[in-house]
Amino acid sequence: MAWYLAVKEILRNRGRFLLFSLVIALITVLVLFIAALAQGLAEANKEYLEKLDAELIVFQKNVDLSTAASRIPRDKFNDIRRIEGVAEIGPLGFATATIVLDDKTPLLDVSLIGVEPGKPGMPPALEGTGLRSPRGYQTMIDGNVAKRTGIKVGDRIKIKTIVGSDEKFHTLEVVGITDGRQFFYAPSIFVPFNTWDSIKPQPNLNGQPTAVIANVVAVRIEPSVSPEIVAARIESRVSNVEVVDRKTAYEASPGYQAQQGTLNTQRGFTLLIGILVIGGFFQIQTLQKVPQIGVLKAIGTSNHSIAVAVVLQIVLVTILGVAIGSMLTFLLTLFLPAGIPILLSGTTALIAISTLLLIGPIGGMVSVRLALKVEPLAALGM
Amino acid sequence: MNTILETNSVYKIYQSGNLSVTAVENASITLRKGEFVAMVGPSGSGKTTLLALIAGLLRPTKGEIIIDGKDIVKMSDVERTRFRREKVGFTFQANNLVPFLTALENVELMLRMNKRYNRQTADLAKRLLIRLGLEDRLNNLPSQLSGGQQQRVAIARALVHDPAIVLADEPTAALDSERAFQVVQILAELIHEEERAAIMVTHDLRMVQFADRVIQMLDGKVARVIEARSEIEALAAIGQQQSPVQPQPHPKPKETSVPHLQPLPFPLPAFQPVGD
Repeated sequence: MAWYLAVKEILRNRGRFLLFSLVIALITVLVLFIAALAQGLAEANKEYLEKLDAELIVFQKNVDLSTAASRIPRDKFNDIRRIEGVAEIGPLGFATATIVLDDKTPLLDVSLIGVEPGKPGMPPALEGTGLRSPRGYQTMIDGNVAKRTGIKVGDRIKIKTIVGSDEKFHTLEVVGITDGRQFFYAPSIFVPFNTWDSIKPQPNLNGQPTAVIANVVAVRIEPSVSPEIVAARIESRVSNVEVVDRKTAYEASPGYQAQQGTLNTQRGFTLLIGILVIGGFFQIQTLQKVPQIGVLKAIGTSNHSIAVAVVLQIVLVTILGVAIGSMLTFLLTLFLPAGIPILLSGTTALIAISTLLLIGPIGGMVSVRLALKVEPLAALGM
Repeated sequence: MNTILETNSVYKIYQSGNLSVTAVENASITLRKGEFVAMVGPSGSGKTTLLALIAGLLRPTKGEIIIDGKDIVKMSDVERTRFRREKVGFTFQANNLVPFLTALENVELMLRMNKRYNRQTADLAKRLLIRLGLEDRLNNLPSQLSGGQQQRVAIARALVHDPAIVLADEPTAALDSERAFQVVQILAELIHEEERAAIMVTHDLRMVQFADRVIQMLDGKVARVIEARSEIEALAAIGQQQSPVQPQPHPKPKETSVPHLQPLPFPLPAFQPVGD
């Protein structure tokens, strides 16, 4: 009975209900888009650190866990390595560079990351051999660089760094492609740590050669020990360092928390707006239907049927709206340029869509109550 | 003849603070099978309240209302809703129909609600509407029907599910004279043909000419029950003379054709209830 009434009414008022589904569809697009943006930006920020094959990251003390500000000189590498529970370490150096392709292709800014071949911090090669020589002018590019430039294993690429006020160009042989490893909002290329040290941007050329310094050190620990204990040991035995896990490290990235907080607030408010819009629409519609509900009750329709019919309509309209919205979002992502940090994983999409499907029934509660309160006598003017 | 309805000393008293208003006082009426009874009286005489009490839309302050052998006063809300669905046919002054259902679907609604919708009963719904002169309006929405047509659809809906009692509240209130006579005449015919029982509340005394008995209400009480044909005719004549203030004709589209009564497809086949 409830199904019959709910569906008949929708079919006989297709225009009105479809229009309303479109409103829900647009809310869906907005929510999914914000979710995708939040995830995409987060990924662009943390992807490399999140996927790092090390449990702990050693920063210089009192630099607010800033990878750019942190300096770990070479003499500390061995101190860290010798600590009980540490399996392997890899110094990491971060800088920026620009890939210069042919004249027609725009320049691509990348994170230039120095890693020790075979040590923590070096990403796995999905294609090619990966870095092997500790000093070679070789590079591994991440999947995003490969996708955006079409560079293949075996290609030679030219990168530009700034030394003093001069541009310096270096040619690197691509020996591997890894998966997505963005760092600090840029796709990454990886070079051996020693090569990184010699080609990284420097304040000037005229100073004396500086000692080899990494920004941070990635630490892989023995499987049997707890990361907290090893972190405490490193901090107590190596001077002037701070040791954190990966999550703490990327959450400390500049702006990460603020950005995610802002986007999540936006998403929350959009959902709230959704609830209010749906609530308002169905409330007005129910108020308009008071005489009709009165007739139905007078001729013996049960309160149960009337309530179920109201809920069914809300659920059907919401499902239709969310479905249209999800399709629109999917189409939208197909046509967005690669540079826009949009990423929607299955889980994120699923959570967003389930929340969206919930806003209908939540917003519609008031209408159900209104419908149940209709007095047939008053509604019929008897 | 079988008694379908019996009310015994029914009271409806509205309490508002210290003030109490007696809408219906000591009302005892009966209705027998095959009877079409008109309930008349001035505004505020309690006729509509009594109808609402009989329909189970209101609970009396005191008294018994026995329909088809059951005292509906003792029923729970859920039971009374079910009772209304199964045993009562209802027409109202206006806004009778569910706006998003066609004429035929509005009639079939009673069958669906009672889980008695099948090919046979659907056919009955259609024949009832045809009988009421709506053969070319079956698939029209209420908004595409005139007031008189809507009222006739409501009559079909009030009859289709084989109710014990039909209650009509001012069925002519929204109609002009011509349509009003047609609607009441056909309602009376159907009640008589099918041996049903109906109470029609009306303020239009002219309509009593179709009734078998007239219950006159005054100040909440049953003032008089008129059974003699001559007295009923006399009352109708008074109504004719008074030519009561006509309610505004319904502003809906004019009826394209005056319904001519179809050759009777009745007596209607007995229901074959499906399920329960």
